[in-house]
Amino acid sequence: MSATMVFLSLLWGTMMDVLPIASVLFFFQLFVIRKPIPNTASVLMGFAFVLVGLTLFLVGLEMALFPVGRLMAEQLTSPIFLQLSEDAELHWMDYYWVYAFGFCIGFSTTIAEPALLAVATKASEVSGGAIGAWGLRVAVALGVAVGVALGTFRIVIGAPIHYFIMAGYLVVVIQTFFAPKLIVPIAYDSGGVTTSTVTVPLIAALGLGLAETVPGRNPLIDGFGLIAFASLFPVMSVMAYAQLTEIYQGWVNRARARQDAE
Amino acid sequence: MPIILVVVIFQVFILRQPLPNVGDLLIGLLLVIVGLALFVKGLELGLFPIGDNMAHALAKKGSSFWLVLFAFALGFSTTIAEPALIAIAGEAADVAARAGAIGADDLARMEYAKGLRLTVAFAVGLAIVVGVVRIIMGWPIQIFIITGYAVVIILTAFAPREIISIAYDSGGVTTSTVTVPLVTALGVGLASSIRGRNPMIDGFGLIAFASLLPMIFVMLYGMFIV
Repeated sequence: MSATMVFLSLLWGTMMDVLPIASVLFFFQLFVIRKPIPNTASVLMGFAFVLVGLTLFLVGLEMALFPVGRLMAEQLTSPIFLQLSEDAELHWMDYYWVYAFGFCIGFSTTIAEPALLAVATKASEVSGGAIGAWGLRVAVALGVAVGVALGTFRIVIGAPIHYFIMAGYLVVVIQTFFAPKLIVPIAYDSGGVTTSTVTVPLIAALGLGLAETVPGRNPLIDGFGLIAFASLFPVMSVMAYAQLTEIYQGWVNRARARQDAE
Repeated sequence: MPIILVVVIFQVFILRQPLPNVGDLLIGLLLVIVGLALFVKGLELGLFPIGDNMAHALAKKGSSFWLVLFAFALGFSTTIAEPALIAIAGEAADVAARAGAIGADDLARMEYAKGLRLTVAFAVGLAIVVGVVRIIMGWPIQIFIITGYAVVIILTAFAPREIISIAYDSGGVTTSTVTVPLVTALGVGLASSIRGRNPMIDGFGLIAFASLLPMIFVMLYGMFIV
């Protein structure tokens, strides 16, 4: 198949992917709300953009994001890079650069995530400034970074994923009882928001690459799961952030009260 | 693009190796950036204004039947169009084919990927319905989330090992570029149009459901096809 044929068949596939949402919106607009669509021209143009954009993204994904993630995993785990003899017994400590890479990727992609920026601004508005937008973003980014790093560690040692996730759930449930009520829904949502379209394929490829190159790992069982970690840990870090600010506020208030009393 | 920065720093300073196929990678990256920019621009021009209006209009209209139907349709259709899910489903199919869990031909892989995406989309649709009903009734979110966690844990014990990590991942994957803005608009619009609801407490939380139910359904899917 020539490149144009590949592109056209992808474009067709994309069309089928976007069709449901288009038909849902048009159906409800015309039959339930019964109003004509405002700015039909710009809406149609928007759809054309969506189709072409998604197709280009999927092509680029295969060409760049998947290979980069896999390549990094291969190079970071190659015996030459680890400076070990071929037959040496590998210890999980030997893979520290993998964890560092996971941490950096998690932090840097999250801190720049536009969806998170929107949520953080909204949260800071609604809470009347008690929850700082910057603090929230750093909290989420740290959560994702720790999550990805821990996830790569899990792939290296090959432990079953559900132990980690269950322990995480337990912490989340306990935190829910003690965290300020306002933050709870935002914290739950922040887990889903953070894993963006660019991050997901890259992290997934990193995990699969790791599972392929670390001896004794099965890609199907061990390769996935990084995204689950990246979605769970921000929930904890956001609640922890809110708890810490609450404690700090209480401490400041008490100090001020003491000062007033003197 | 902070990702590029991190990759380049690691490549140059830590691995000290040149990237192979730099040309291909650069073209691919360029396509990703341009494609995503066009995609998001298109969403802002076309889908978001309609979806936003519609969520508000339907929330105000107060017909629960249409609202619930819309909630399901919105969750389902936005998830089908979610690029990250397309990527992960394809990857999962490749891995499953290589491991011999499904046939290695293109058809079997496409079927597997499509089945995965439809399962996830159905789960998200259902999740949005549950979330909308919760907002209307004003039930606390914790009860649902904790029950959901419990179901996830119970299912984990029974689901085949190969599907577990994919299932856990699918929770985070489903809610991104397309789904989050439209679903959040629905939730906040709904919470602000019902009296006695706080948009802050009741409006958020739809995304959390949309991340939780796919895990449950993908595990069920795994149990069903194996």
